[in-house]
Amino acid sequence: MKKDITRLSFILLFAPFALWIILLIILPHIGMVIISLREKVAPRIYEFSFANYVDFMQEPIYWNTLLRTGSMSLLVTVLALIIGFPIAYYIAKIAGKRSKGALFLLCLIPLWVSDLIRAFGWILLLRETGVVSTALQKTGLVSQPIEFLYNDATVIMGLVYTVILFMIVPLVSTLDGMDDAMVEAGYNLGGNGSTVLRRIIIPYAMPGIVSGCIVVFMLTAGSYLTPILLGGKNSSWFTEQIYEQFISRYNWESGAAFGFLLLFFTSIVVWLGLKLSGQTLSSTVAKS
Amino acid sequence: MRLKTALSGLLTATVLSLGTSAYADSTLRLLTWGSYAPDELIEKFEARYPDITVEVTFSNNEEMIAKLRATGGAGFDLAQPSHDRIYAAQLEYDIYKPLDLSQIDTSSMTEVHLNSVKENTTIDGEVYAVPHQWGTSGLMADKTLAPDFAGWGDLCDPQYRGKTSMRLKRTILLGTAYAMGEDPFAAYSDLEKYQEILDKVTDKLIACKENIKAYWKGGDDLSALMLSGEIVASETWDSTAYKLFNQNPNIVFVPPETGALTWIDTFVLPRKGKADDAAYKWINFVLEPENVAIMSASTGAIAAVQGGNDLLPDDKKAAVNAAFTDEDIANLKFFANIPPGVEDMEGKALEKIKAATGG
Repeated sequence: MKKDITRLSFILLFAPFALWIILLIILPHIGMVIISLREKVAPRIYEFSFANYVDFMQEPIYWNTLLRTGSMSLLVTVLALIIGFPIAYYIAKIAGKRSKGALFLLCLIPLWVSDLIRAFGWILLLRETGVVSTALQKTGLVSQPIEFLYNDATVIMGLVYTVILFMIVPLVSTLDGMDDAMVEAGYNLGGNGSTVLRRIIIPYAMPGIVSGCIVVFMLTAGSYLTPILLGGKNSSWFTEQIYEQFISRYNWESGAAFGFLLLFFTSIVVWLGLKLSGQTLSSTVAKS
Repeated sequence: MRLKTALSGLLTATVLSLGTSAYADSTLRLLTWGSYAPDELIEKFEARYPDITVEVTFSNNEEMIAKLRATGGAGFDLAQPSHDRIYAAQLEYDIYKPLDLSQIDTSSMTEVHLNSVKENTTIDGEVYAVPHQWGTSGLMADKTLAPDFAGWGDLCDPQYRGKTSMRLKRTILLGTAYAMGEDPFAAYSDLEKYQEILDKVTDKLIACKENIKAYWKGGDDLSALMLSGEIVASETWDSTAYKLFNQNPNIVFVPPETGALTWIDTFVLPRKGKADDAAYKWINFVLEPENVAIMSASTGAIAAVQGGNDLLPDDKKAAVNAAFTDEDIANLKFFANIPPGVEDMEGKALEKIKAATGG
């Protein structure tokens, strides 16, 4: 009897997760694989082929865009880590108990507004006739209006702003668990600030750093709105390429192939990152 | 045991709620452009036909076809793609069904538009679409800052460097081809020739990149760019230019000297639509003169009915008169049917332009 109830509750608890994974992740992906492996030979006639993947290899525009998206996402990840780490450390270790909650909440507030609205906020601030440019002119710092929008630096800044929270949250929760005594011991044994940071704090925070970096990298490489809205005439993003294939060119076959290539590419980057930093998923993400 | 009852209760509830979301015949699911279904008209329609409720999904040409393709033409009862997006889409994906023209009051439609749409959308003797509203794509310029702006090529004129904009879609490819003295629509029947034209256009637009401030993506960001004075001229839809004319009478629509490109938005029935009667009722309803006036006030486009011009609200009429002479009207170029394969060629050209690093 008791066993039955345990089993039932397990099934009930597990069912939503399983349904989610199967119906919304696995099945659509199987569908995508099938679509990505056909080639249109005539209207309404399709044949099995690897043509879509071959096309990707042969067209430098596509893989250049993918590499560009990948490298810019890495840059965003690094920036988010460098900016997010001190904030997380302050919230977890330095701030008092009461201000800790308040600070954490402050970090969360931007998430209450949708990505789209935040991107439009940036547009209003940064455009040539926008708030920043006008303010600079009023104060006499510049004589001409300046265009801050429509370039790669703006895209990177917008992306860092959007994703930094996903870096801070895991870092705070890992650093929170660190015993202050470890830092004290480091100093007592003659370490200076940088040694303590290097030898004690960062190794301890590694699970948080790794999971934060993975989440941030994946979110950035897969983001659509921010690069499109803030980017200029030369800034292509790979997700835009996928959208174009699916919607404007009615080419679901190569759109699906591109989707897979993006998934494959980001997975490789994450795997390489883990290898190069000598970490494994089980020793980091599973622990944080 | 109690758990079991609770569970089955939950299941029944779920099934029931699924049941109610399956539509009754009296729902008209409309797939159309933003502003093509003003609330005022929907209320009026529902008051006249109390058993029909109207549900609207706003979209654009590409997304309409993608949505219908995903379901094989189910989920909507009436759609409004442009006239050049029906023939190939039907051949490739079989997403529309033929119209029963006897159900539609075609006598009020302007002959030129009706015939043009029929000609473009007849497959195996069956007509798939009738016209609703038409408008043009062309240029707009601030008269005080760019008084001589006249053709597509002027977007790349160095004297407006950093002060022009365009949308990176097929319209600009076609416009630029005309500006270079080619006839792209004539070349649709000979795709090799069309590829040659496209290559020339691509080179031209890549060289033009440094002249462009940014590519606009929708009517709203184009309006912001133009009203703030950040750009002085741009490629545009006429309706967007008319809206801006209301706010700043210096901003006028400029039909390019090679002819403004004309689109006709149509009515089509999706293949698995379930409320054809309601759809026909809606078509006839919005073509009634007083409803045309309400529609045109909302969309800024001219209805393809006789006297459609006169049914525009006064401010829009003023904008049209400021933009078009009779000569311009005679010079309109209708978008030709897009043959299968052309979307891919044009898409590649656009990708090349976007990826080129210049400017």
